[in-house]
Amino acid sequence: MNIAVFTRSTPDTAAKVEVDGTGAVTWGDAATVVNPWDEYALEEAISRAKDTKGKATVIAIGPEMHNEALKHSLAMGMNEAVRVWDAALEGADALAYATVAAGVVNKIGDVDLVIAGKESVDVGTDQHIFQIARKLGWPMLSYVSQIIELDADAKTIKVERLLEQGKQVVTSKLPAVISVMKDINEPRYPSFIGIRKASKAEIPVWALGDLGVTLPAARTRVVTFKNLPPRDTTFELIEGGSPEELAAKLLDKLLEEKVL
Amino acid sequence: MSAVYVLVETFKGEGVGASWEALGVGRTLADQMSVPLTALVFGEGARAVAEVAAQYGAEKAIICADATLAEYRLEPYAALLTKLVQDNAPKAVIAPATSRGREVMAASAADTDSPMISDVMGLTVSGDGKLTAERPAYAGKVLSDVAVEVDGTQFITIRSRAFKANDLNAGATAEIEEVAAALAEDAIVSKVESFEEEAGSVNLADAAIIISGGRGMANNPKDAPADAEDAEIWKAQDGFESTLKPLADALGAAVGASRAAVDAGFIPYAHQVGQTGKTVAPDLYIAAGISGAIQHQAGMRTSKIIVAINKDPEAPIFKMARFGVVGDLYQVVPALTEEVKKRLGN
Repeated sequence: MNIAVFTRSTPDTAAKVEVDGTGAVTWGDAATVVNPWDEYALEEAISRAKDTKGKATVIAIGPEMHNEALKHSLAMGMNEAVRVWDAALEGADALAYATVAAGVVNKIGDVDLVIAGKESVDVGTDQHIFQIARKLGWPMLSYVSQIIELDADAKTIKVERLLEQGKQVVTSKLPAVISVMKDINEPRYPSFIGIRKASKAEIPVWALGDLGVTLPAARTRVVTFKNLPPRDTTFELIEGGSPEELAAKLLDKLLEEKVL
Repeated sequence: MSAVYVLVETFKGEGVGASWEALGVGRTLADQMSVPLTALVFGEGARAVAEVAAQYGAEKAIICADATLAEYRLEPYAALLTKLVQDNAPKAVIAPATSRGREVMAASAADTDSPMISDVMGLTVSGDGKLTAERPAYAGKVLSDVAVEVDGTQFITIRSRAFKANDLNAGATAEIEEVAAALAEDAIVSKVESFEEEAGSVNLADAAIIISGGRGMANNPKDAPADAEDAEIWKAQDGFESTLKPLADALGAAVGASRAAVDAGFIPYAHQVGQTGKTVAPDLYIAAGISGAIQHQAGMRTSKIIVAINKDPEAPIFKMARFGVVGDLYQVVPALTEEVKKRLGN
């Protein structure tokens, strides 16, 4: 079974991200890493492709910084990597991203399953994932915490989805797009050999012309990035006395603040 | 005549709280745009929920209680929303940014090539009716203003607890229109096999009060039973169950956890707050035995009042907290639970 995963490079999760004087988002000299949610998608793709003797392809849509995520993916064990970039993609919104992503999946051809991490932390959304499914015309199963069955011959999938109110078990036909949660697996670390191989890999870059898709005009535009409003830093240490006295003092304060 | 639509989410035939917040946003927008506010209610009990939506400000409702919509699935829900948008060209569609709202709205925006802004925390409308929204980026570490650039229906999902619902007006009614489903059952490839409901303690996004535990949960003074597979995990799990849960029950709060606690196997992932977990904005957030790594802060920093209970006075969580108690959570939390029961009764 051939599986495709979309990924991107995002600032390290521990990085302090800020908007600088020019309005640009910066994370100092912190490293970029593979989008943390995507590690689960990559792990699932690698193991499922191996089980079904298929191929796992990782794709990034974006400028060169996203090679970082692609190399990490190859080092983990993804079979092939492709990056898509075109100057026309600068400032692309989710709909444009999804249109291009669907074009990549169609160009690769013979893809049975697209796996995405739950969301991208940089753009802070999952919108594009659902839109890839719609642009492909495939069913979408989101928030998957477990693939219960994956039948390459019958082209069916059965998953458990983690929703606010509980767990839903759903079956669907392939090809399909799924987005996966952290619960689904334990991502592997890249092996030493994997890292060495990935560092030498030449990653092809496709342009829009290679995909035969027409880029829709951006429907939305980021006007500005802003730093978070500063939190009120008033701090009061509740101290002195037994746990019972501390608890009583704390409760007094919480009742004063009217949050109970 | 055009309208502002609000997609009202239901569960077991009742409206979900975040939907009333969406109706509050919809009401404001509809007034600004001088168009009616229409609630869309699909699934079981649609008519009864539409009547409640009227009390929260909708003057019209479009309902569909077709059997294909009884159990939520993306395909039939998105197909019907897409059809309604294509037929009636509303100015905007608003939905809560729940699991369901996120995917139905994104799917329908893709079907109709419409602009969409998700997870919105603030919204303004310009003279020509185009929306600009404030939303988080980079896992909540910065904010962005995103503007709609084109004409057409604008899709907006709103973050839970970022907007207030209007007060319930018990006498209000809506003009209810019933429509047919857009997809027949044999055109829907996904089939729900089962649904296992989880008790309400996990719905963090809607919670007004959250009490979260971290690594410090492992310092439970109780002895793990001899047959426990891992004494540390047993202690922490017991702590969540017999120390945090009673306080949560007494306060009507949800139980959260840090990534460290989830990764250590102390509590299921559904409880995780922070980057790669849930983003929450309760009135009161009590962090017990949580050091407060930047990833955790990103998920809870918009909480109104933060209380930190930690043995380590140097823990970064104290820098965000309004109130702090330096002490053992296994002493402070049970004492707080007793005090709450004593004073607030229950």
